[in-house]
Amino acid sequence: MRITTWPQLVLGRPFRRAGHRTALVAAGLPLHLAVVPLWLWLAGTMAALVRAPGALAVTPLPVLLTLGLTPLLTAGQRRRYRALGGKDLPRPAVPGPGRNRKSVVRRLTTRALWRQACYHAVAGPLLAVLDLAVLAVWAAALVAASIYVWIWALPPQWRVTDLGYTTQAAYITAGGLALLFLGPRLTGALVRLDTRAAEVLLGPSRAEKLARRVADLAESRAGVLDAADAERRRIERDLHDGAQQRLVSLAVNLGLARSTLGDLPEDVRKVIDEAHREAKEAIAELNDLVRGLHPAVLEDRGLDAALSGVAARLPIPVRVAVDLPRRPSPTVEAVAYFVVSEALTNVVKHAQATRADVTVERIRETLLVVVADDGAGGADLAAAVDGTGLAGLAKRVASVDGTFSCRSPAGGPTVITVELPCAP
Amino acid sequence: MRAVIAEDSLLLRIGVVKVLEAAGFEMCAQVADAEGLLAAVEEHRPDIAVIDVRMPPGFTDEGVRAALVIRRQYPGTAVLLLSQYVEERYAADLLAANTSGVGYLLKQRVADVEEFTEAVRRVAAGGTALDPQVVAQLLVRRHSDPLDRLTPREREVLELMAGGRSNSGVAAELVVSESAVAKHINSIFTKLDLPKADADHRRVLAVLRFLGIATA
Repeated sequence: MRITTWPQLVLGRPFRRAGHRTALVAAGLPLHLAVVPLWLWLAGTMAALVRAPGALAVTPLPVLLTLGLTPLLTAGQRRRYRALGGKDLPRPAVPGPGRNRKSVVRRLTTRALWRQACYHAVAGPLLAVLDLAVLAVWAAALVAASIYVWIWALPPQWRVTDLGYTTQAAYITAGGLALLFLGPRLTGALVRLDTRAAEVLLGPSRAEKLARRVADLAESRAGVLDAADAERRRIERDLHDGAQQRLVSLAVNLGLARSTLGDLPEDVRKVIDEAHREAKEAIAELNDLVRGLHPAVLEDRGLDAALSGVAARLPIPVRVAVDLPRRPSPTVEAVAYFVVSEALTNVVKHAQATRADVTVERIRETLLVVVADDGAGGADLAAAVDGTGLAGLAKRVASVDGTFSCRSPAGGPTVITVELPCAP
Repeated sequence: MRAVIAEDSLLLRIGVVKVLEAAGFEMCAQVADAEGLLAAVEEHRPDIAVIDVRMPPGFTDEGVRAALVIRRQYPGTAVLLLSQYVEERYAADLLAANTSGVGYLLKQRVADVEEFTEAVRRVAAGGTALDPQVVAQLLVRRHSDPLDRLTPREREVLELMAGGRSNSGVAAELVVSESAVAKHINSIFTKLDLPKADADHRRVLAVLRFLGIATA
């Protein structure tokens, strides 16, 4: 539990961090002023231009020096914020160090560097003025608030003539206290302004931040997809090593009982028959389930073998042509597999087709999957129930940044084309 | 008949052993990997080896490779592969090397005890046994060729032939008379332009043509 005392209630919150903030402002002053001599130099050479045009040759120097100092000053500002502000300024993407001319030029032409130089050369001096003002407020506040102490402490001959234990001094004390009250707020405002300027100009630009965010999101999404795939494979393996083997064993035993125990009463034989049939059905159902999760054949042998398996189980003839020089990533393989298997299921269910064709090929960095049938057509992406059928396929494809198209005029044929990006 | 089994899943191994023993096979050896299998075949020279496709250490196609070695080095030993799923390339590899004394079935078929023992006997006696799913899957690969001229019924007959059935087996499966089957088979031979040699050889050729293994 936090106990708030009276002084804290009156002065507490603003004062709690005032010390740190004032230190931050004070430390900022020299850094903000660092480029000012270079400005003065530049102004001086400009002025000299009037009399001696030869000075033109010198004018780029202050600018180049500013750019040269920028990384140093930026590092200084970062340290200041880390040590006194308790925060890390985000870093923009800057080309790595290098001593050759090319990398120096590359570094000089980055926007990040110029924005940073802008902070040091333009915002810096302006902030320095405010820094000075705030520090002056603090100094005046401390001195004025403690005016009686000064009067008491200083020998009489040092005193300003008409200042003594007078009512005037009481006003000064009151003014000082008012400034003390204002001080933390002014400091806070300045720190906010400074921080904002530093974040905007020293950190990455908005575009860069968005780009970074997109990259992060893409990476985390890929991670989630991979994890989901890995999980499916794990479940498949567990089922294969456990329940599937056990069910087969059960069915074998029941089959043995049925064929070896010849002299059984009719009703017992019936029960065993039934159990045997159900065990076999359970195996078939479990196999279907496993195929829906992540078939082992896909992991072991790739798309060609897995899709042939899908096609072979369908009641209509399906031709499968898979032409892949190399196997795509497991995630892309899984998406391609489910697209084809779901599309073929749809063909059988709805299309009244007599045959279907599946082609999978790789064109540069794209996996092209085409499923065509000679059915009645009229498949509608929009009309599909959410999360199932075509809409589900489109979503699954979109999850890996693929494109999905379905052309299905009334009367047919239906052609589903899917493009999946895969790394080279 | 004498048999060895190579299967790394203990439950299934016990199941197969029980089924085969009940069917009168003498189980000479039970092993869990390809190396053990080759040693057991060398030692016992069994009539048939029942082999899991995926076995330690790689869990890929150890069983298929061992089966090919066995068929080459010990012609007296037939091989029957058991697989969790259909990989038609394995079946094709196996059949390309040998057309007799080989089989390829899904593991779950062991549960159909009578049919399984029938298939094992057939393979051990030098015949073939292909899982209906293997046959269906091989069909997916077939592009336009004489097979397209077959009627659906003839196709069915050919599929069953590919699975290793005799004429009477096909007739029983399709619930037609044996003479009807013979008629279908003759029609198949004609449509596939198979030479008029002895019937068994034509049968094998038709099946190979069907599976896309023999081209002539």
